[in-house]
Amino acid sequence: MTIKELINANIFNTLKEGSDLNREISGLFNCDLLSIAMSKAPTDCAWVTVMGNINTLAVATLADVSCVILAEGVFFDDAATIRLDATDITVFTTEMPVFEASLKVYEMINA
Amino acid sequence: MAADNTIKLHYDVPNDDFTRAGEASSDLKGKLKQMGISPDAIRKVSIALYEGEINMVIHANGGYIDAEISENGLKLVLCDTGPGINDIVQATQAGFSTALEQTRMLGFGAGMGLPNMLQNTDDMIIDSIVGVGTTITMFIKM
Repeated sequence: MTIKELINANIFNTLKEGSDLNREISGLFNCDLLSIAMSKAPTDCAWVTVMGNINTLAVATLADVSCVILAEGVFFDDAATIRLDATDITVFTTEMPVFEASLKVYEMINA
Repeated sequence: MAADNTIKLHYDVPNDDFTRAGEASSDLKGKLKQMGISPDAIRKVSIALYEGEINMVIHANGGYIDAEISENGLKLVLCDTGPGINDIVQATQAGFSTALEQTRMLGFGAGMGLPNMLQNTDDMIIDSIVGVGTTITMFIKM
């Protein structure tokens, strides 16, 4: 599944579109501890988290994830919102819990 | 890459500024990508350096990073004048952390910083004197 297909599915709110919407989403990762996400998040995954600060963007970029999904109605804080403009990554938001949001993506990847 | 083509980079890491943590890692990642370095090596560099940057912000009043890219690989020297590490063996154990609650609220303090750095480098030396500071030298083959 590509990022564009996830956007078009309208399951989540699209907060920011990265430049490469044809990029594949090849898996999922759930974790809010940034050191663990940094070392364990697979390249090209969708990272579902409730950690909405500027460091989430840094880790997402460095770990090379395909997109970030902020679950549980979490939104980026002010510093992260400002940084988001200069960050080339797709970010979604949703009121869904982490598990439910992840399951939706998992089902689409494996459809 | 010939020896005289060694590329040297310098980064300052500001004290207690989480909003700028990761700038050195991001910049170096971009440069390595432009140089055609393998994604696996770039990922190792990103993890090791980001953890180092965060440690300097959280524990060490900031500091500086010197990077040296040569035909052999990447050498990173992270230097700070923070409080130093009292027990290096303990500090490198997964799960051990002295991070404050405020830091943990930001998603750090899992006690994975130094273990991640060790795991993603081919060589790593920690020189630390309590009350003076810490210098960490890392080498990653590329």
